[in-house]
Amino acid sequence: MDSSFLFGISTMSYILAMIIYITYLAFRKTQIGIAATTVTVIGFVSQTMAILMRWKEFYDVSEMGIIRSAPLTNLYESMVFFVWCLILGYLILEFRYKNRSFGAFVTPVAGLALAFIDISGMSKEIHPLIPALQSNWLLAHVTMSFIAYAAFALSFSTGLMYLILKTEKRNQAAYIFWTFTLGIFVTLLLIMGIDFLTFKVAVRPEEFIKNYMLKASFLNSSTAVKVLSWISMIVIIFITWRFGSVLKTVIEKFNISAETLDEITYKSIAVGFPVFTLGGLIFGAIWADQAWGSYWSWDPKETWSLITWFVYAFYLHSRMIRGWRGKRVAIVAVIGFLTVIFTYLGVNLLLSGLHAYGGIE
Amino acid sequence: MTLIDKIRGLLASIKFAIVIFALISLTAIIGTVLEQRAEPARNIQILSRLFGESLAPIIYRVFEKLGFMDMYHSWWFITLLILLSANIIICSLDRLPRIWKMVREPIRPLATERFEMAVIKRELLLRGKPDRVKDSVAGAINGIGFSYVESKEDKGYQFYSQKGNYTRLGVYITHTSIIFILIGALVGISFGFKGFLNLPEGRSYSIAFLHSAPLTQSEEQERDRIVNVLEASWGNTSKASEILGIKEKSLKEKLRVYGIQPLGFSIRCDDFDVEFYEGSDMPKKYRSWLTVIEDGKEVLKKAIEVNDPLKYKGITFYQSSYGMMSHAHGWFILRITSHSGVSEIKRLNLGDRFTIHGTDLEGTIKDFSPALSFDHQGRPFTFTNMMNNPAVFIDFNEGGKKKYSGWILKRYPITGKLPESHVVEFIDLWGTQYTGLQVRKDPGVWIVYLGCITIAIGLYMAFFMSHKKLWVRIVEEKDSTRVYMGATSNKNRSAFERKIDKLIFLIRKRREGGD
Repeated sequence: MDSSFLFGISTMSYILAMIIYITYLAFRKTQIGIAATTVTVIGFVSQTMAILMRWKEFYDVSEMGIIRSAPLTNLYESMVFFVWCLILGYLILEFRYKNRSFGAFVTPVAGLALAFIDISGMSKEIHPLIPALQSNWLLAHVTMSFIAYAAFALSFSTGLMYLILKTEKRNQAAYIFWTFTLGIFVTLLLIMGIDFLTFKVAVRPEEFIKNYMLKASFLNSSTAVKVLSWISMIVIIFITWRFGSVLKTVIEKFNISAETLDEITYKSIAVGFPVFTLGGLIFGAIWADQAWGSYWSWDPKETWSLITWFVYAFYLHSRMIRGWRGKRVAIVAVIGFLTVIFTYLGVNLLLSGLHAYGGIE
Repeated sequence: MTLIDKIRGLLASIKFAIVIFALISLTAIIGTVLEQRAEPARNIQILSRLFGESLAPIIYRVFEKLGFMDMYHSWWFITLLILLSANIIICSLDRLPRIWKMVREPIRPLATERFEMAVIKRELLLRGKPDRVKDSVAGAINGIGFSYVESKEDKGYQFYSQKGNYTRLGVYITHTSIIFILIGALVGISFGFKGFLNLPEGRSYSIAFLHSAPLTQSEEQERDRIVNVLEASWGNTSKASEILGIKEKSLKEKLRVYGIQPLGFSIRCDDFDVEFYEGSDMPKKYRSWLTVIEDGKEVLKKAIEVNDPLKYKGITFYQSSYGMMSHAHGWFILRITSHSGVSEIKRLNLGDRFTIHGTDLEGTIKDFSPALSFDHQGRPFTFTNMMNNPAVFIDFNEGGKKKYSGWILKRYPITGKLPESHVVEFIDLWGTQYTGLQVRKDPGVWIVYLGCITIAIGLYMAFFMSHKKLWVRIVEEKDSTRVYMGATSNKNRSAFERKIDKLIFLIRKRREGGD
């Protein structure tokens, strides 16, 4: 039994849990709910064991001591850890709020993310560390950043659900905002799927994202394909906008009140924000000071973390001081997570900088 | 309303804060797309990818005029940061008196009817009169970690208590810390410097370079002369100006033009070495053995590596890169161990000969490759000019007759084992590599770190601690006692509610134990 076997088990558990959670939503039988939770916990436990085993595997070959061998050094490992944090956060929520409906939302994300990592063949081998990453700060900086990212991810989904529940009219700004955001999200997922199908046979997966992402659609050499891609995106956004009320009916079935969603959004951010400040920004700065000779050098990753921090600081202030509640702050929470995604993936994939370790290669 | 009031009002307004937040974020985004302090060609390339070939040069010129090519140091970006600080300070000051009052205000007993209105309220009935119940209630309040004030009331007592009133200041500690961090950064920019130094093995310098502007040949010669004279005079500018025959003031002007920062002492690189991961070209560790020399005396020696710098007199040297000198003369360092076990170290040039102790076997260094590899036909070739796999080719003769020859690789000592079980190890080609050092002086860094520590404390107080108030009234009711509880908490109510339930549990337990 090795770590990838255990990762396989957790991937399958999350996907199975998704099916059970959806069944639970349909029938609302307690036994089904318990089964769903059990399967999720099984997936979580095996993922925990898998991470620990991978840690040990790396520790055995790296000769760098236990702390510096934490499996958090490339995109693959960080995504696995992100999924782990997400499931942990969800299980805490389920326990605290005694509501399972949310599981139908979270487990597919976890299962699909793990499956995507697996299929895309993102380099799973244990790589030796370049000198800059050989530091005890790695563990604290990366774990805390990802705990915060997972908390922000939860606030994003509750914020989005809040907006879906609270909007009706198609000409409302908040309605347009969430349908537009969701439309772009769906489009991006779809075109990445198309990219993958188009180029899968031809190239190594590592090269895929760097050289081929969006090349089957928006960045295609043929103008016709480009135009078609833009038209499809507009169509998808239009469909989301036109039939957004369908989603609303689905979420109303979840039995979560809008107030609870607002509260979960706030609480996730209230946990994520201090953790992100300390682990992401401060520990990052201290480490940068040791490794690069400067605690802040405005490299893209740092700058984007700061922008993320600004957005969530704004969320907290508008809620505390201005007493904003409801749709307006939910929009800020959603925007906050979009900047998180860019900080995590966009910077590594699109912008260059000192933080180039997290890339696919 | 005076002008100052108006400015103050503007700076304190939330709209203004939003505008500043938005401006900092948006301009910062542009700064992450354009490469900062890069060659113009790089950014024109980026811009033409975004806007097309024809527009790129115009857009480049506009952005350059606006300072976007080094935007984080431009006057307007720094102004934005200062405005943000002003906003934080003024908003905090505006709210501070009210919060301070809440912090200092001692808790008072709660009027009877107010118990009904408390956010958290509980009621219970205990056997026995208030005078007998009193001690149990008081003990239980202590049991959940509250110290109380007691007052006698008409038909019973009231206990009241508050905790964590100072946590309301968490927000202010956080805000002050941000200002601290910005002040620290300002101190660093004003009184520190950030430079680099490519230090060849065996050489010492008493300066660092702050920037590397392209120079003409005569300028370069002048710069090198200044650097050498400074080195000879142990970094003393007045002595150096004497040797150069110019005024100290004009020397200082030249230092500014050439971006030369005197260190006040010398730093020497004794050796530099890269260790690679086995069977790969990925560096595992690179290290420089540095010596600090002050007034001609060696005062400090340290081997630095990435994540482990050397610090002397407020100046820190970071291992940042390495490379090969273009026209350097290097020494081959070989360790030769004869089969009888006698070991000697030799420093040799290309073409030099050496003999193995106690034998007639003689070696000649014929060739060198910094990165040796073999193609599929087994022919040797050099795959990069960096020292990724250094190797020497040695001819061995005995009594003038050619015996054998071959490559000895530094990373694979096994290649130096000779048939007669002598061992020739290729230790280093010394003097051809330089170590790339980041040199930094930042007197503000401790202010920044102080700010980091206090911001962590402030955030912890602001998010994970709360100001809790608790009132407990005990009133005689026939032969029993009715207990009324009222409580508030400015954050995390459910946790406090659990605590109140624990209080009830403790009171019940004490009563049962007492009777």
